[in-house]
Amino acid sequence: MSTQSKPGSGVERPLSPHLFIYAPSWTMVMSVVHRGTGAALYFGTLLLAAWLIAVGAGKSSYDTVQWMFNSWLGQLVLLGFTWSLLCHLLGGIRFLIWDLVYGFGEKERRWLAIGTYVLSGVLTVLVFIVGYIVK
Amino acid sequence: MVQLLLPKNSRIQTGKTWPKPDGGTRLKEFRIYRWNPDDGKLPQIDTYFVDLDDCGPMVLDGLIYLKNKIDPTLTFRRSCREGICGSCAMNIDGLNTLACTKGLDEIKGKVKVYPLPHMPVVKDLIPDLTGFYAQHRAIEPWLKTVSPTPQTEWLQSHDDRAKLDGLYECILCASCSTSCPSYWWNGDRYLGPAVLLQAYRWLIDSRDEATGDRLDELEDPFRLYRCHTIMNCANTCPKNLNPAKAIAEIKKMLIERRL
Repeated sequence: MSTQSKPGSGVERPLSPHLFIYAPSWTMVMSVVHRGTGAALYFGTLLLAAWLIAVGAGKSSYDTVQWMFNSWLGQLVLLGFTWSLLCHLLGGIRFLIWDLVYGFGEKERRWLAIGTYVLSGVLTVLVFIVGYIVK
Repeated sequence: MVQLLLPKNSRIQTGKTWPKPDGGTRLKEFRIYRWNPDDGKLPQIDTYFVDLDDCGPMVLDGLIYLKNKIDPTLTFRRSCREGICGSCAMNIDGLNTLACTKGLDEIKGKVKVYPLPHMPVVKDLIPDLTGFYAQHRAIEPWLKTVSPTPQTEWLQSHDDRAKLDGLYECILCASCSTSCPSYWWNGDRYLGPAVLLQAYRWLIDSRDEATGDRLDELEDPFRLYRCHTIMNCANTCPKNLNPAKAIAEIKKMLIERRL
């Protein structure tokens, strides 16, 4: 693609604006969220690894990690991790549905995206309710 | 490459506010992207006012009004004014569409007009589509056969012909490709929704005999698989076509031929 306006004129063609002028849509936002939650899961997996290592390392380190995860900040982080996991999982199912060439209608694709968002929130709350009951 | 911010020479400045037309009572404000290769300035957004009582119903009518009555230097492409040539594709009110089929009454508030996103600008609302056309050329968009040419036309059943519906209507306006974030970041290697829809149009044509070769050309991490089903293409197509679905069909064909 030519970026020079006239050969030899030395005037660089500007790039037209994109991301910041484009109207957001649910499918676009949820695609970005899928990326974001995917990145967050790397961090979340470290939390899981820390917990498993603590289990292996003995009672005192296990108690320390349990204390951290049970603090309000720890619970908040776990809430975020749980939501990221569920949102990413549901996003994966959404992409699988599209890969099977279903749900491409105007309403379907919109509702699949909104559904990922809403359902992941509902499931996160459920996981926490069950978690607190079991505890 | 993902680059969220515009390069330095592309940053947008506040431009000029042009005088309101005399005697108009129903005025519509337009905010239009301007860039002139000859004046050495950065791109800017100019403010204009259109007298709705003296202007047709579409955004293109508004632009023609401005060019005729307010500012003859305003530059844009247009031809058919009925959504079949694809010349007046631009970003209006945040979405890529054709100025000639977008009604002014569909837009609340100011009418914001930019060239198609993430393209080199030739002048004002005119993007350089050279790369886009080259990509279309690269998929060899014509009937390829090895069978002897028949005495009459290449025949096709009604059912096979129906498979081209929703594909042949594409006017190559580039609205979808330039709405796609994947195409923004990897437009040099990813073919983009419009060209892939065209590719599928030839893949699914019962008369075409180069399906295998065509699939070979597309089976590439960038050319095809940069599509992440973001769906901006399907959301924006001014002809209500569904490039995202066509791309999904190509991906499916590639899987099916392995089985």
